[in-house]
Amino acid sequence: MASALEGLGRKGVSFVVKLGGMSIMFGSFVVSLKGFFRSFGLIIEQVYALGVQSLPLIVIISIFVGAVSAWQAAYQFKFIGAPLHYIGDAVGKAVVIELAPVLSALVFAGRVGAGITAELGTMRVTEQIDALESMGINPIRYLVMPRIIACLMMVPFLVVFANFVAIIGGLIVSVIGVDVSSETFLSGFRHSFKMSDLINGLIKAGVFGFLIGLVGCYEGFQTRGGAQGVGKATTTSVVISSVGILVFNFIFAVILFRV
Amino acid sequence: MTTPLIQIQSVHKAFNGQPVLDGVSLDIARGESITVIGQSGCGKSVLLKHVIRLLEPDQGRVLFNGKDLGELDLHELTEVRRRIGMLFQSAALFDSMTVAENVGLGLKESRQYGRNEIDRIVAEKLKMVGLAKAADKNPAELSGGMRKRVGLARAIAGNPEVLLYDEPTTGLDPITSDVINDLIVRLTEMLDVTSISVTHDMKSAFKISNRFVMLYEGRIRFDGSPEELRQSDDSVIQQFITGNADGPIKVR
Repeated sequence: MASALEGLGRKGVSFVVKLGGMSIMFGSFVVSLKGFFRSFGLIIEQVYALGVQSLPLIVIISIFVGAVSAWQAAYQFKFIGAPLHYIGDAVGKAVVIELAPVLSALVFAGRVGAGITAELGTMRVTEQIDALESMGINPIRYLVMPRIIACLMMVPFLVVFANFVAIIGGLIVSVIGVDVSSETFLSGFRHSFKMSDLINGLIKAGVFGFLIGLVGCYEGFQTRGGAQGVGKATTTSVVISSVGILVFNFIFAVILFRV
Repeated sequence: MTTPLIQIQSVHKAFNGQPVLDGVSLDIARGESITVIGQSGCGKSVLLKHVIRLLEPDQGRVLFNGKDLGELDLHELTEVRRRIGMLFQSAALFDSMTVAENVGLGLKESRQYGRNEIDRIVAEKLKMVGLAKAADKNPAELSGGMRKRVGLARAIAGNPEVLLYDEPTTGLDPITSDVINDLIVRLTEMLDVTSISVTHDMKSAFKISNRFVMLYEGRIRFDGSPEELRQSDDSVIQQFITGNADGPIKVR
């Protein structure tokens, strides 16, 4: 019992230390923003590598997200006896408010967050980050700031695509599998669509992107040991980002979408 | 009396409660070529990283040109770091860049040189280390010795006053090690720099330095000339320089 409590206490302390470390990195990131224009080329590089190159994956998952949400909506409507012409309303709301931002962010955390941690972690254990510092180059401005900015910008950008593609996916399944016409689906979607939902979804996506970038960079910088250390840091990065996304998503739901 | 270029004053450093440096003090004058020797894991690289503030002491201080590194702001620290070049143990080349980009990065980021001037300096430094034709290669295509030479070219790119060598010959075959040693000696003379090397390769140490410091159990055990080191009757020093398993130094 005592050792279990001790273990729990140790985990609690290390969580607080992590939060403190991330806060310090956040502060350094803010300070490094004065080098924004100097690092513009690096930001563009990261925008392409982290964001644009994630687009095919986001498109693929979004088609299936839209498709399954239409199918599940039809299944539940049938179960409760609701008319199927509401399917466009249901898919539209679910995709724009929840599914596109949250699932895109989770996939982005798996692809990009893990990639950032593995890259920076390898740079840390092979002394490349020390080498940058020894040359008088601030690694926060050179490595961290461009990645966080790219994540912050590109998750909302990807969510715009994810919304569009998921609605198309839902439309295809509705027309082919559920026998609802495209006009009915789209009129339902238009009926339920609110610009504020879209904007709130994109705000959430921006926060998720920032979180993925910050956690990815922090865990990369904290990596110790060799290949095992890099693997461990990468796993930790994805776990923290994913849990963080879901926790923040709930907080956003309570704040932005009043019931 | 002139102030030593680098002053390490009563530096203590511990990792996870384990003391590594236990009150190390060392003055290094301009123009000296000093080698810090000692067993693997005795804190040689840790000491070297304090000189460029990659690590900060738990107690004590490190002064460069009379200024406490711990009290410098980021801008001042950057200025000091640009006067120091460092060759890392694993060369620490940026694997996303070509050899030429690696060598020129510090110059480019200092924003004090035009593109043509950077190209010229990079070509000159690569020629100095015998790698003029490797400019467009990626670090992954290079052998261990070539990587060290690129690391060396990168370290000297900004014409530093001080060069720090962290295990410059570790992991290299004897012939390549000797090539690196010759290169270090030649560059030290040609560039008129102060150098601090850490190594446990005694052949390398005798070739590249005119002063030895031995670290043992977190403290300085010896500080003197190569001749004094050879003639020392300290059993710890003799065991280390002759490389005997039997003696007071136990492998942890």
